[in-house]
Amino acid sequence: MVTAWPRAGYAQTAAEQNAPLLTQPGILITLVLILVPLLAAFIFMVLQVRRTLLRLKWQQQPAVQTEAIDFPHPQRNPAVPYQLSGRELAGQYAPDDSRGIIQHASNDHAIPFVAEKKKAQARPAIDPKLTHLILWYLGTATFWLVLGTTVGEYLGIKLVSPDADTVPWLSFGRLRPVHTNAVFWGWSSLAMLGLAYYVVPKVSNTTIASLRQGWQTLILINTAVVLGSLCLMNGINNAGGEYREYVWPVMALFGLGLIITLINFLRTVARRTTTEIYISNWYILSAIIFTLVISVIAYWPTWQNGLGETIVQGYYMHQGVGMWFMLFNLGLVYYFLPQQLNKPIYSYSLGILAFWAQILFYTLIGTHHFVFSSIPWWLQTVAIVGSMGMLIPVIAGTTNFLMTLKGGWNKIASSYTLPFYVTGIIFYFTGSFQGTAEAFRFTNLLWHFTDFTVAHSHLTMYGIIAFLLWASIYALVPRLTGHEPPQWLVGAHFWLAFLGLMFYTIPLMIGGTLRGLMWMEGKPFIESVVLMAPYWLWRAIGGSLMWLSHILFAYNFYRMVVGVRAARPAATPIREVLA
Amino acid sequence: MKLFRNHTYLYTTAFLFFTGLSLVVAILPALYNQENNAPLPGTEPLSDDALAGKHVFIANGCVACHSQQVRNVAMDNVWGSRPNVAADYAHNTRMHWWMNTATLMGTERTGPDLTNIGTRLPSLEWHLLHLYNPRAVVEESVMPAYPWMFQIKEDIEEGDKVVNVPAEFMRDQHGTVVATREALQLVAYLQSLQQAPLPDGTAAPAFLYRSQAPAAAPANVSADAAATEAIADGAALYAANCQACHQATGAGLKGAFPPLKGSAIVQDDDPEVLIDIILHGYNAREEYGEMPAIGTINHLKPEEIAAIIHHERTSWGNQAREVSVAEVKDIIAMLESKKNNP
Repeated sequence: MVTAWPRAGYAQTAAEQNAPLLTQPGILITLVLILVPLLAAFIFMVLQVRRTLLRLKWQQQPAVQTEAIDFPHPQRNPAVPYQLSGRELAGQYAPDDSRGIIQHASNDHAIPFVAEKKKAQARPAIDPKLTHLILWYLGTATFWLVLGTTVGEYLGIKLVSPDADTVPWLSFGRLRPVHTNAVFWGWSSLAMLGLAYYVVPKVSNTTIASLRQGWQTLILINTAVVLGSLCLMNGINNAGGEYREYVWPVMALFGLGLIITLINFLRTVARRTTTEIYISNWYILSAIIFTLVISVIAYWPTWQNGLGETIVQGYYMHQGVGMWFMLFNLGLVYYFLPQQLNKPIYSYSLGILAFWAQILFYTLIGTHHFVFSSIPWWLQTVAIVGSMGMLIPVIAGTTNFLMTLKGGWNKIASSYTLPFYVTGIIFYFTGSFQGTAEAFRFTNLLWHFTDFTVAHSHLTMYGIIAFLLWASIYALVPRLTGHEPPQWLVGAHFWLAFLGLMFYTIPLMIGGTLRGLMWMEGKPFIESVVLMAPYWLWRAIGGSLMWLSHILFAYNFYRMVVGVRAARPAATPIREVLA
Repeated sequence: MKLFRNHTYLYTTAFLFFTGLSLVVAILPALYNQENNAPLPGTEPLSDDALAGKHVFIANGCVACHSQQVRNVAMDNVWGSRPNVAADYAHNTRMHWWMNTATLMGTERTGPDLTNIGTRLPSLEWHLLHLYNPRAVVEESVMPAYPWMFQIKEDIEEGDKVVNVPAEFMRDQHGTVVATREALQLVAYLQSLQQAPLPDGTAAPAFLYRSQAPAAAPANVSADAAATEAIADGAALYAANCQACHQATGAGLKGAFPPLKGSAIVQDDDPEVLIDIILHGYNAREEYGEMPAIGTINHLKPEEIAAIIHHERTSWGNQAREVSVAEVKDIIAMLESKKNNP
């Protein structure tokens, strides 16, 4: 693998043609990456079983001998019958908690079905108007998540049952971009911006420059997604480049929204009361700046004839993912992860290294979507080499987060946000590394044009971005509203989303690989369609689990915003409980 | 360090760094490519109908599942006789002020590549029926149906293009299915998708990874092995060239494509008519669609034609004698001379 590595980078030289599949570096890397989370889960399980067995063994041992020991020393005599009174820690006084330190007390001694997690700690007061704005961002984002993935789920069903309907507005080719764009520009983008309206002023130790501008962006982006979706279903699109299916007059609203928020954030950072600019704001503000650059290049309506369109498409598609969603989310994690662990980030420098390395390498890799196509071969090689370079920011970022987690792993069990962060971080590593492996020549032969790509984009946009966003939303909203989500439903959301993603992606990766092999063997195309049928069914099943988890998330969000209507007497006097 | 404390300095640096890189990997190469490119000599821009059809293709998001690029790797050879070159995309320019250029290269092949679909499947009747419901012609297809591009009429008017839809795909509707202009334009676009030959003397770029494609039978294998090879080839060639209309079962489709199973022409002791039809097409029977000159369009070699007719004459219960490659060659030569000196 090590020797094959350097050679995997050249775009257009044919080499090692008949080497078996399992000697191809791209394949090996991907297999290892798929095994990483499974192996971690296996080790975890073994440790749990061992611990349980040890506990059982301990319990079965005979009680400690209580007979008096013949001990010559006279002082020993009163010591032997001594017994604890049960009040050693409480002291002589009646229980009292005049400072409200005890967060939770219960007389309910039933065996809990799910482990009790820690609740959010109250934060210094936030301007209720800002809270209102953020909740609207997150609320509309949740709406687009549910709507966008309902469309996605329906598309998954259509691959299994193509004659489900014959309504032009619901036909597969028109709905597919409705799904992708709604979850991109509706769900992920609005959620990111909403969270940033909290983080950007918070790490600047100041207040947001303008709430009004926040509302303007919210309205513009939502309008863009509504109009864009309607246009797409009505057959008005921008000629089929992925993720730029909205026509530019619609996307201009989105861009305008970003410009307004960029100005707002810049003004906020300018009036910060900290000397240095915290790393989160490096990432977040740069993400907005870069996305505006990308949008102007990709949407400028007077150029891109012939292959110009393809070159810009590769650039746009991948920068949209890497410079908007990934960069922005990293910025959010640099704030929320340390906050949730109650400790500083492991290394500020690693964060800065990852920042510049991400810009350097990510910008280069767009055309790896068009390897072996008619665009200039040097551009293809640059893209593959850049994809390899991406390992630097990915490893730097992952190391930074894992080292921040170090010493805090025990907190995961008692937190309902950290499992989302850990999952997002693991997928950040495996998903990004998989992207590198997919850019190699041979893996392009095998996987390009198959559903493997679809699996990869879900592992990343969902496994990384959506999980990190959920983590941050569960971390932030209870602190804004004072209402906790039902913990067992957060757990159900997590497991359904995670298992759904696995059921969705693993069959598609297997099916995609088999399909690619079939094409390489020159089998009739239709056989490869028949081959995919069971894998598409699994995808629909996994998609259903994911969709269900979003319904739970929407309910959890509702509970976090409005609380329980007939709230149980929240303040059972602590005195009574303990008495 | 200034970078850490001065936000103007930090964000300007990041902006310039990113924009500079974008200039090198996206803007300049894209500009260079659009300026230094020209359509291949002898190729025409799309006709008005085909252009309107391209709009229909774009509006319905067909690119979500169909690519239009033959990569320079052997596995893509089935989609075109040569890899695509930049010039193949030179006709694609902006069609509207509100819409981007549509090269429609695509990134997914849930369905087949369409670079050369106009050559591979030239039949109007096939395309119309396929659009009305793909499963009427390809049972296993998962492509969406486009019935809203057709009308159901009681009375046929002059100029109506009637589509013969098998009863089980009529969705309990009664009447005759007639293609709308939209459907005809879309098919016109699909038929226009043909790979143009490179100008004389220009060598096409090579297909890489050639050895991974099925190897041609070496010359020195035994006759037995060669015969097996021919049978295997025949089935694959039939699937690639004939099956879309005549179906894997050889039963054809009632009202659209005639059956080969039990056909007198197919099983005729003298294969001349059969070979003539494969090479030059057939339009003698009212009740069926017109057969295109598939053999000529797809440049089928005598060996390939022999394999195909062997498959057709020995499958689905058909029983007819073996036709050798030499015999096929003779008949082709005879047909040629007949055509030249009628």
